[in-house]
Amino acid sequence: MNILVCVKQVPDTTEIKIDPKTNTLIRDGVPSIVNPFDGYALEAAARIKDKNPDTKIVVMSMGPSQAEAALRDCLAIAADKAYLVSDRAFGGSDTLATSYILSSAVKKIEELEGKFDAVFCGKQAIDGDTAQVGPELAEHLGYPQVTYGLEVSLEDDSLHVLREAEDGTEIIGVKLPCVVTFTKPSFDPRFPTIKRKMAARRAKIEQLSAADLTTIDLTRAGLKGSPTKVKKSFVPPRKEAGVVIKEATPEDSAHKLFQTLNDAHVI
Amino acid sequence: MEAKSKDLWVFIETKEDGSAKNVGIELLNPGRELANKQGGKLVAVVVGYNTKAAVEEAGKHGADQIIVVDGEEYKVFSTDAYKLAMLHVIEKYAPTTILIGATPEGRDFAPRLSCNLKTGLTADCTGLDIDDETGNMIWTRPTFGGNLMACIMCPDNRPQMGTVRPGVFKKPAETENKAEVITEDFHVTPDQIRTEVLKVMKESAADFVDLEGADIIVSGGRGVGGADGFKILKDLADALGGVVGASRAAVDEGWIAHSHQVGQTGKTVGPKLYIACGISGAIQHAAGITGSDVIVAINKDADAPIFDIADYGVVGNLFDIVPVFTEEVKKLKG
Repeated sequence: MNILVCVKQVPDTTEIKIDPKTNTLIRDGVPSIVNPFDGYALEAAARIKDKNPDTKIVVMSMGPSQAEAALRDCLAIAADKAYLVSDRAFGGSDTLATSYILSSAVKKIEELEGKFDAVFCGKQAIDGDTAQVGPELAEHLGYPQVTYGLEVSLEDDSLHVLREAEDGTEIIGVKLPCVVTFTKPSFDPRFPTIKRKMAARRAKIEQLSAADLTTIDLTRAGLKGSPTKVKKSFVPPRKEAGVVIKEATPEDSAHKLFQTLNDAHVI
Repeated sequence: MEAKSKDLWVFIETKEDGSAKNVGIELLNPGRELANKQGGKLVAVVVGYNTKAAVEEAGKHGADQIIVVDGEEYKVFSTDAYKLAMLHVIEKYAPTTILIGATPEGRDFAPRLSCNLKTGLTADCTGLDIDDETGNMIWTRPTFGGNLMACIMCPDNRPQMGTVRPGVFKKPAETENKAEVITEDFHVTPDQIRTEVLKVMKESAADFVDLEGADIIVSGGRGVGGADGFKILKDLADALGGVVGASRAAVDEGWIAHSHQVGQTGKTVGPKLYIACGISGAIQHAAGITGSDVIVAINKDADAPIFDIADYGVVGNLFDIVPVFTEEVKKLKG
């Protein structure tokens, strides 16, 4: 089986703090990581390979040259081959333009690596949180999709995907080729071995620029090819400080809270 | 595509029994004002099976017109069937704006639809407005894990589309049902649906909770310490006639089912009263509760960020405070 895993390098948003003076994001010193949901997609591919050793896992990322680090992390964990899709012309792309560029890259990589049976993505990136690139990539490719995947198994010419639903879980059968997006499963993804880490450090990251993507229409890429525009961004306003209750004993605090809420007609 | 009307559409997602999910009806509320500003009709689009109840509900909550696509193939959600049905009606009527609830289903099929139409889609919005100057929608959404809000526009492509979080807007008041109903006889064949639901594992009834519709939520975090700790929160919730919520930390620990999770990766809630017990109040949690009318925080750490957003903060041990408070509530209600 031939699986493509799409990954994005993101700032660790749990480390992001707000500068209280300027009310802006402090990005300096925030580490760059592989988007955690993409890590779950890679783990899902690795688990298929555990059972079907002739599986090939190719990882692809779009971004600046620094994103090579994320691809090396994926090589160290489970990937066999890595492609970086990088070009100035791609900067400022919204989800529609991004997914279009990625679909053009898929066609190019398939010329080199053979047809993919499945494309795995994280359900969303933790910086943009849109959850749109995976389904949009599926639409460009004309493939069926399953979103919010937790676990996946290969059954003949289909995948069975355990999916998170609103009020439980469900198993969805989907014919190959398809796109699956992944959310956090009940298990932790594997760590790289020392040996794989060493090999990943030396591995070649294949580079694809706009000129390499022979089918691409560049009017549909980058800022100009993006129908949505960010008009402005702002840090959400902070609320004014509330009433603090701290009496001599917890019991007194409880009574005071009750009195206060009752007087305010909250309860 | 070119818009043929100034209409604003609200997608009404249905349940398997043909009734409407809350979020679609909620969106008729901001939809009304936006449609007026846009100078078009407020149109509810209902897709499902035996959708009479949903159509009725959309009508009495203010829709001017209702477009219905009804068929057995829409009873259980599938990306392909819902995309094709919506694509059919959009291409036929070409509205200016489409709002879709940011449920797992909405966020699954909306990007396929916008991608097919080569138009812009803004994900998971919490604010909706119209730019006075250009008449374009301004979609406001949290990004960077809730640390930053972004205002997005789609100036040159139509329809302009967005998914909107459940629980952000309240359902509009009921009015006289004056909606014109248009039934679209559109069907997809089984081979056009390329996925199949093989097995459904519903959470047990005990785990089911309607956080988005709740007036009062008593929520617990890491400070609750374990599944047993949630019992005292349940007692308080029962006394108040509310439900129990949880932070991601408590859900990740396995103390309570995921369906109770509130926050960026859980549900967005807008109760009259939200009581956060032993929740530190990380930005990801805070992002999900800012729509609450009143927030009460109980935490032993006086420096916990939850106190920054709480209207009433009690510094102390929740195990000492909550039971006493519950007794007072019982006395009042009893």
